[in-house]
Amino acid sequence: MGKVKTLDDLRKLKDELKSKTSLRDKSEHPESMVQIKVAMATCCIASGSRETINYLADELEKRNIEAVVTQTGCMGYCYAEPTIEVTLPGKEPIIFGYVDEKKADEIIEKYIRNGELVEGIIPMNYKNIEDTTK
Amino acid sequence: MSEYKIHALVCGGTGCRASESDKVIENLQTEIQKQGLSDFAQVIKTGCFGFCEKGPIVKLIPDNTFYTQVKPGDAREIVEEHIVKGRKVERLLYTAPDSDEKVSDSKSMNFYKKQIRIALRNCGIINPEDIGEYIARDGYEALGKVITSMTPEGAIKLIKDSGLRGRGGGGFPTGLKWELTRKVESDVKYVVCNADEGDPGAFMDRSILEGDPHTVLEAMAINGYCTGASHGLIYIRAEYPLAIERLKIAIKQAREFGFLGDNIFGTDFCFDVEMRYGAGAFVCGEETALIHSMEGNRGEPTLKPPFPSVEGYLKKPTNVNNVETYANIPVIINKGAEWFAAIGTEKSKGTKVFALAGKVNNVGLIEVPMGITLREVIFEIGGGIKEGKKFKAVQTGGPSGGCLVEKDLDTPIDYDNLIAAGSMMGSGGMIIMDEDDCMVDVAKYFLDFTVEESCGKCAPCRIGNKRLYELLDKITKGNGEQADIDRLINLGNVIKDTSLCGLGQSSPNPVLSTIRNFGHEYEAHIFDKKCPSGVCKALMIYEIVEENCVGCTACARACPVGAITGERKEVHKIDPTLCIKCGACEDRCKFNAVIVK
Repeated sequence: MGKVKTLDDLRKLKDELKSKTSLRDKSEHPESMVQIKVAMATCCIASGSRETINYLADELEKRNIEAVVTQTGCMGYCYAEPTIEVTLPGKEPIIFGYVDEKKADEIIEKYIRNGELVEGIIPMNYKNIEDTTK
Repeated sequence: MSEYKIHALVCGGTGCRASESDKVIENLQTEIQKQGLSDFAQVIKTGCFGFCEKGPIVKLIPDNTFYTQVKPGDAREIVEEHIVKGRKVERLLYTAPDSDEKVSDSKSMNFYKKQIRIALRNCGIINPEDIGEYIARDGYEALGKVITSMTPEGAIKLIKDSGLRGRGGGGFPTGLKWELTRKVESDVKYVVCNADEGDPGAFMDRSILEGDPHTVLEAMAINGYCTGASHGLIYIRAEYPLAIERLKIAIKQAREFGFLGDNIFGTDFCFDVEMRYGAGAFVCGEETALIHSMEGNRGEPTLKPPFPSVEGYLKKPTNVNNVETYANIPVIINKGAEWFAAIGTEKSKGTKVFALAGKVNNVGLIEVPMGITLREVIFEIGGGIKEGKKFKAVQTGGPSGGCLVEKDLDTPIDYDNLIAAGSMMGSGGMIIMDEDDCMVDVAKYFLDFTVEESCGKCAPCRIGNKRLYELLDKITKGNGEQADIDRLINLGNVIKDTSLCGLGQSSPNPVLSTIRNFGHEYEAHIFDKKCPSGVCKALMIYEIVEENCVGCTACARACPVGAITGERKEVHKIDPTLCIKCGACEDRCKFNAVIVK
């Protein structure tokens, strides 16, 4: 990757990166592409999120589910760690709390495979800057 | 396997459970079964919606209908009308407070969401180790905009107009600080990020650095351009290893992309960032002490003036800002000063990140607009007090702040109101206490912390705080006397007036504010030799209730100091002079024969 020399370069790069993520959404198998984010700040890791992310990555592969598992920062729901956000193709992201290996297994089998919700959903209770009007 | 078409999400937060949400779930399930819809609709218990005031909450998806104050008896109507016939139950819909209109789609009811995430905008959303995800969310756009199309003065004016104030606790206007550093002429200037977060229970800055490290780098570069500095330093405590690791990755990536280094965005502007590690001393959050620590000297504060903006790191003009302050900068540049200034109160603009801790249900990291009340924070977002206990006090500002009580709950939170109420904003730690907390013990805890963390340079803080601690210790041990309260107040005020830096000037606050709000608890300790909350062990007396004791000897065997005597099948007795109040006997007794007085 070369250096970004102008603001236009940056904006071009931004558009590319944005479409890259949306391409990921519209991949050839939209029905099977799942995105999972695992909160991985110190507090989350202390509550076991590293075990959760490893478990998810291993198990999804073993069970032949095409998914992208990434780490992210603190979602703020420290009382319910480990927390993960699951986005099924074409659906709103859903956040689950208290995701240990057992819960992760349930989420894979019920929600990811069958679209059936499981307990432990954390409702999003904040506005992001995109939601506020200028 | 069938796929459910409708999901009913029912809030299982403590607030909603207290108003029978469990029963609502049960009834919904029964009704769904009765209608033979078990394969069609599913009821799911969720975490707290942060809208406890209107609980229990039931949300139906996919159409996002948001029902409030649902009673167990409403389950049938929801199932028959909404799930079977697809008609919304009008009377349960939420009425918008401003327009009196029924709101059915929760997508348009953002207003119940009391949090606005500005500083935390990317936390929990992007992968902090991937600069691409930051760029895809407008990352480095503000930096590009500032250095290619704005003058330093213009950018400083924008920050000033936004009304942003320092988020580290002091609340000094950020734009003004930048301007002061800019105006000093010097060949070399420094920009510093204060990531020495030291308040007990506070983790706002750590979370930002771990979740969105690039925002700090971007804002530091903007700061460098505005103040005329080309060196940036991040002072971070070594006990934040993950934050350090992610910052290192971020710095490396930013250099590869040319956002740090020479000729950024093809201009003459050059800026790079280095890290400096602290050993975790609380006083090093004070900017002069922080600078001395970075220079390799002892982390001790010096008198201001000269202010760091005139004479700081290596005697050069230095602009020190806190992590959260930096995290606001790119958004202010991108969205404009007016946008930012529209959020918050007259004198405190924007949002503040708080770390909710203590006896609150939803412990966590929150970001709320200035002007929100403590009641909304604790009872809505925080979901109320654990186990339905009674709220007693909330400590804001950490060991430098004070406690706020019931009567302060409706005070809008901003820098000035919190000071007027006898506490302070501080860096954002918020520790919530319930009826089981002893306020003398709380004051002692914070004093213990400040005594430990005092650098020892000035006498009032070094000796005075130690004496304050000893007085509190004496009171909690049952040896307090009448004059001690006045001694605490007098000494506390002297320490505040005469200490060198912010640590000493604020360390007596927990003592003074607890005396002010909970004088009766001090009196109970001193005159009645009782701890009303049952926390101070020295004041507790363990006794055996004769009628309940069966003489099983379990307590005597559990007692580590042999304070319990008695033969088998006979009533036992505790010798109060030997008892160390460990509570082992109480835990062991199966007959409720051991009581605490």
